[in-house]
Amino acid sequence: MTTASPRLGRPGATPIAWAREPLLWATVGLLVLAAGMPLLEPIFGALFPGLQRPMYRQETFLGLLAAHVALVAASSAVAVVLGMAAGWFVTRPAGGEFRPLVEAAVAIGQTVPPVAVLAVAAPLVGFGAWPALIALALYGLLPVLRGCIAGIESVPGPVLESASGSGFTAWQRFLKVELPLAAPVLLAGVRTSVVINIGTAAIASTVGAQTLGTPIVIGLAGFNTAYVLQGALLVGALAVVCDMAFVRLGQWLQRWRSQA
Amino acid sequence: MDVDGGEPALIELRGVHKSFGASKAVDGVSLRIESGAITVLVGASGSGKSTLLRLINRLLECDAGQILFDGHDIRDGPAERLRRRMGYVIQSTGLFPHWTVARNIATVPTLLGWPPAQIDARVDELLELLGLDAGTYSDRYPHQLSGGQQQRVGVARALAARPTVLLMDEPFGALDPVTRTALQQQLIHIQRALGCTIVLVTHDIDEALRLGQHLVLLDQGRIVQAGTPTQLLTQPASDQVTEFLGRATLGQRLLALRQVGDILRRGEVTEGAPLRPEQTLQEALSMFLLRHSVRLPVADAQGQPLGVIHFNDLLQGGA
Repeated sequence: MTTASPRLGRPGATPIAWAREPLLWATVGLLVLAAGMPLLEPIFGALFPGLQRPMYRQETFLGLLAAHVALVAASSAVAVVLGMAAGWFVTRPAGGEFRPLVEAAVAIGQTVPPVAVLAVAAPLVGFGAWPALIALALYGLLPVLRGCIAGIESVPGPVLESASGSGFTAWQRFLKVELPLAAPVLLAGVRTSVVINIGTAAIASTVGAQTLGTPIVIGLAGFNTAYVLQGALLVGALAVVCDMAFVRLGQWLQRWRSQA
Repeated sequence: MDVDGGEPALIELRGVHKSFGASKAVDGVSLRIESGAITVLVGASGSGKSTLLRLINRLLECDAGQILFDGHDIRDGPAERLRRRMGYVIQSTGLFPHWTVARNIATVPTLLGWPPAQIDARVDELLELLGLDAGTYSDRYPHQLSGGQQQRVGVARALAARPTVLLMDEPFGALDPVTRTALQQQLIHIQRALGCTIVLVTHDIDEALRLGQHLVLLDQGRIVQAGTPTQLLTQPASDQVTEFLGRATLGQRLLALRQVGDILRRGEVTEGAPLRPEQTLQEALSMFLLRHSVRLPVADAQGQPLGVIHFNDLLQGGA
């Protein structure tokens, strides 16, 4: 393991190390793109000369970006908490019997297309952000659960045996041994879940949630390809930034693991 | 086990049973394990020896019977508190891969809440005891160590909080013969120096004879015979014991328990390369045959002549 990697957000990191951080520049780039999108109106006008209004102006792109991020963050948080709790439970001796049941239930959550979940949820809880939150949380659950189970199962048996034999309580063993060793695989599951949710959240505009999918849905309905492109550009950029953030988080976790 | 009745045993098993489904792993074992000695549970695979060990630190719970540790039923109080008083070493070491060597060794003291300065001092002390340089190895990770070094760290981790007893499950089984012998020597050395109590499980009769002051031979979950190595070799309780000890090599094994110093005749001299007094009589026998001689010289580590051993003396004593 090398110690030369940039130490984002750690005491002792120099301003220069911060300035070299690609994640920082990618984030700035995303924000500039969202804020400055209206300035690109001449370009979109030239690309799509047939359109009377080549720039989406109902809401600001920054506002949509913030709403999109908030929706993904909230639904992913629910998916991570529920997925990890279920993963912890079914890998305990007492919960082992429930594992096939839990896995099957969560797999159904991902097999049903999010649009269908939205369609079912909207009449139940009304239009807006709530059906979107429910659909995205269900949709994000499976990768988290799979990652959690696979991560915990990757911990070697002798390590667990010597942890118990040394006198760890079950909870100490989970926090100090199982969780740190499962972290890389678990994090990969969370990363998959969040990145999928960023794309899926765009569909949530169909039930009235404000997201970066709103210009896409309006554009598709009104044959305005420029709107579609503007929304899609920002969704794609957000997914890339988020993925980079997870790479950083993984590196940070590697260091945390040896100190947990 | 042969103990004088007055001395209370450190660990006492009373009619212990443990089954897994239909198979009886431990079938009515009663045993007294004395303080300050190495007791070896030896038997073929499936004899129940590992199960027996894991019953002592409650990684498994008895179906029936009782185990006393230091005079108290091991089921009084939480299992964790019991285990922190018992060092535990397993064949595949089970070192925590995400922790450094120092952190691994500090496991139980940390659980017990020792002050950091005391933990650091203890870690250095143990690394030295196990022959690992603290400066070189403290900050390494387990995957950066050889198998022998990993097991040394495993032993250091088990000893860290000065446990009342050290439980070892085939601790040297995965090592090459040279490393295994070195670690066995080191364990004997440590045990003599610290006077600690060790219960060790092995399927290797040579290891059992080399390390054990008390042997407990197990088969199908029952004790076949218990006693000192010499007792097992010279007064086997049954043909089964003889068979397990290796019928053809019984005599040599007996010689391996005694040292050149035991039959040394001081003052005599003879020609040839000298033996050392701490070598086993098994090695001496080999030398007698190799040199076609009935007398061999003995000298100390500095080469100073001590005396002579006679071939005929091999036949005396021990039994």
